[in-house]
Amino acid sequence: MSDPTPIGEDDLQAFIDGRLGEDRLAAVEAWLADHPQRARDIGRERAQRDALRAALAAKAAEPIPARLRIASIRASRRSRLTLVLRNLVAGLALVTLGAGGGWLARGDARSVTAPATQVTRDAVAAHRIFAVEVAHPVEVPAREEAHLLRWLSKRLGRELAAPDLAEFGFHLVGGRLLPAEADAAAQLMYEDAGGRRLTVYVRAGAPGETAFRFWQDGAVASFVWLDQGYGFAVSAEAGRDQLLPIAETVYNALDGKSANAGDVKS
Amino acid sequence: MDEIARQIEPLIPGLRRYAFALTRDHEAADDLVQDCLERVVSRWHLRRRDGDLRAWVYTIQRNLFVNEYHRRRRRGVAVALEDACVPPVAPGQSQAVELGEVMAALDGLPEEQKSILLLVGVEELTYQETAGVLGLPLGTVMSRLSRARARLRALLEPERAMPLRRVK
Repeated sequence: MSDPTPIGEDDLQAFIDGRLGEDRLAAVEAWLADHPQRARDIGRERAQRDALRAALAAKAAEPIPARLRIASIRASRRSRLTLVLRNLVAGLALVTLGAGGGWLARGDARSVTAPATQVTRDAVAAHRIFAVEVAHPVEVPAREEAHLLRWLSKRLGRELAAPDLAEFGFHLVGGRLLPAEADAAAQLMYEDAGGRRLTVYVRAGAPGETAFRFWQDGAVASFVWLDQGYGFAVSAEAGRDQLLPIAETVYNALDGKSANAGDVKS
Repeated sequence: MDEIARQIEPLIPGLRRYAFALTRDHEAADDLVQDCLERVVSRWHLRRRDGDLRAWVYTIQRNLFVNEYHRRRRRGVAVALEDACVPPVAPGQSQAVELGEVMAALDGLPEEQKSILLLVGVEELTYQETAGVLGLPLGTVMSRLSRARARLRALLEPERAMPLRRVK
């Protein structure tokens, strides 16, 4: 034994991987000869490493799919990016809220979307569906506002107010209850004199807390935020600067209401 | 062939193997690799020219998996376990480890232990590269590698695996 350094875990691992220099190898082999129990374990671990490699060998031997060629990746990148931005509603891709910064999720990744992403997708989808509705834009009209808010508050488990957006030219049309996976969501619809519609979306079961996030999906712009277990979105066919003060007004009108879920007025 | 293709395409078989071992689903594995390659292409100018390209690419793929695919799996999307590309093994091999068995045991490990075993033992990254991919110091990688191998061995040894599998 030429190397007097004591044998360490790292030596044994390198022995399993066949990454020891000759001197060290001799030292480890001598050590293992004195430690038959450990030698047996090391032998098994080496066989298992080989088995793992063998089990996966077929995968690496497959011809690579054409879609994974760098040329294909390059070609699809541009179209994918466009698609990704365009198909926010379809849930094709959204930036997730991980601390490490967002990446673009893709495919039918419905189940991997973070709460704010889901709120955004659902809110924008609901906006698109009902904002164009002529005959039945709402389930309960604004003239039954008290009843509407009582009902939605009860279903959401949170007191819901209808923010006053008159200063922006929008008046309440009414609202409706929507499914949001296992939870309930409410949509309040507003309209301005020109017939342009704006929706306020509130959804239960959206844990977390976020700042305002802006989304532009085609013509529909949204501000989305999470607060106290609820997700909120304000959507309209408007520009960012136009929508922001409205979203702030909505935020202020709805802020802190969830704590009063128990004493919903009836 | 362009520079990226020349440097990256030789890594694709290994990336697919690593992705498959993590996802245990052929389609999901290629989706993961595709996401990884898109990142590689779009961030090509950000790579460190003096750095280890292979470690960089594996890091991207592993992070993508940890951040998204892994979460999806934890949330219960079906993963086709029976769809593994494990070649059939002749019965009665008492000495040799059965290949299907070792994959099943691997599935029982947490992601980090899986990745350590795969990156070192299958992808043959150096310990230093593996440390880079996992964002751990070299010494930590060595002790975790040691622990991961011991854990896999325990799962594959019936007498020791028993208490781990007992469900009461």
